[in-house]
Amino acid sequence: MSAATMPAGRSAADVPASAEPILVVRDIVKRFETPDGILTAVDHVSLTVAPGEFVGVIGPSGCGKSTLFNIIGGLLDGYDGTVRVADELIKGPHPSIGMIFQEESTFPWRTVIDNVAFPLEIAGLPKTERYERARHFVGLVGLNGFERRYPTELSGGMRQRVSMARTLAAEPKIMLMDEPFAALDEQTRLLLGDKVLQIQQQLKQTTLLITHNITEAVQLSDRILVMTYRPGKVKRIVDIHLPRPRTSEIVSSEAFGRYVAQIWSDLREEATRGLSEDEAKTLHGGAPA
Amino acid sequence: MSASVSIAKMRWFPFVLGFGSFAAIIILVEIFIRIGVINRFIVPMPSEMLRAFPRIVAEENVLSRFRDTAVEAFSASILVSVVGITGGVLLYQFRLLRAATETWVAAVAAAPLVLIYPLYLVIFGRNATTIVMMGFTAGLAPVVLKTLEGLSGTRRVLINVGRSFNLTRSQQFWKILFPAALPTIFVGLRLGLIFALINIVGVEFLINFGGLGQLINELAERYDLPGTYAAICFVILVSVCVFVLLERLERWLRPVN
Repeated sequence: MSAATMPAGRSAADVPASAEPILVVRDIVKRFETPDGILTAVDHVSLTVAPGEFVGVIGPSGCGKSTLFNIIGGLLDGYDGTVRVADELIKGPHPSIGMIFQEESTFPWRTVIDNVAFPLEIAGLPKTERYERARHFVGLVGLNGFERRYPTELSGGMRQRVSMARTLAAEPKIMLMDEPFAALDEQTRLLLGDKVLQIQQQLKQTTLLITHNITEAVQLSDRILVMTYRPGKVKRIVDIHLPRPRTSEIVSSEAFGRYVAQIWSDLREEATRGLSEDEAKTLHGGAPA
Repeated sequence: MSASVSIAKMRWFPFVLGFGSFAAIIILVEIFIRIGVINRFIVPMPSEMLRAFPRIVAEENVLSRFRDTAVEAFSASILVSVVGITGGVLLYQFRLLRAATETWVAAVAAAPLVLIYPLYLVIFGRNATTIVMMGFTAGLAPVVLKTLEGLSGTRRVLINVGRSFNLTRSQQFWKILFPAALPTIFVGLRLGLIFALINIVGVEFLINFGGLGQLINELAERYDLPGTYAAICFVILVSVCVFVLLERLERWLRPVN
């Protein structure tokens, strides 16, 4: 599908016009040395995120989404390009950026409240104050009453909410989420999407969501960057003009279906290419990417 | 009501089953010895062994010997824990050190270290230091290796959470790596302390010095089999004390695994 047939789509060259973007990512290129030679994971990716905006980045497996997540979060170095948050050049982990990971990342030896209070403890807040603030964020993610429970006593969805509360407790300017609901079933994923929308509405939290789930991306985002299979480039930017506040009920609307179809038509091409390349590599004795 | 009764039954059932099985085996051994299936000159009757307890407490000064062995075991445990965990941390922090020594440490863990007691006798003399050092030497390698394994096995995502919160190296270690590695470290401590205790009692027996090992040696020399077995029960008691303390320490440091 061409850009002309998609009124909500923009070409990758268009950088969204935002008066004061809080996150500016410019020309990121990341290469890895592999036994098969140099692999370009991310190729000249640029994006901006405005304050309070929810931006989704979607792409097939192997498109460099997680590499981009790690670069923006400051966990990966050795790349070309720049990452700026509120005009400050970021060259490593930064208090302005909060990260929620794909894998289960709660500390199993800490209770829910101690997990959420973790960044406040690191910041040196007095015990009473940090518990008070942590309790607020526990309530925000809907886990009131579970403060003294350990992560092993919670479901996967509840554990991800603990991770989210812990990240929010640090009050970052930007929250990065790397496929946070990937390990959850579809129903839990939709309901947690509701929770994210509710929090987003309440805190006006600027968020960058990395995902390969089209439904999730459309349900949550104001804008979606569709990435190509390796090397990862921004193929298209799709503005989501669905009304806010949203709930998971929106997935049954006609407009939602149109956005999903539109993004899938772009992704299908990339995912097919990725699958073919992986199969060819496997056939010739290498491990799939 | 009936549900709560059955839960209460279930909670006690494993304990009752374990204790009952133990008692049944003791009774069976007693019967087999009495009817001559087991030779009473090799294995004493459990009833004789029970009667030997007050005798060895009164005549063989067993409580003082129990204290000596317990103090030696406790001292070796402290040394094994402090040096072993520090060693594991150093091997984790310095890759070159790890590459250079890990195989050697693993080899030491598998070696019959009790054979070096003559060397320690020469170095430290025939005293409690030799016994403690033998326990320490035998228990060290598993603690080092398990500490290293625990730290290396910390999930990458937990380390990344720490990095995302901009933790210092020290915070990263104390707030994430160490608590994450604790369950594996305690596996190492249990193994190390088992090796230490075996060696402590073994060397007491071999050099005929100190606590319960020496008593077992003397009682065996006198062919006092009920007394020997009763003394062995005190060795088991030392082991139980060490492990109860270790378990409490683990529960205090990490309430949930």
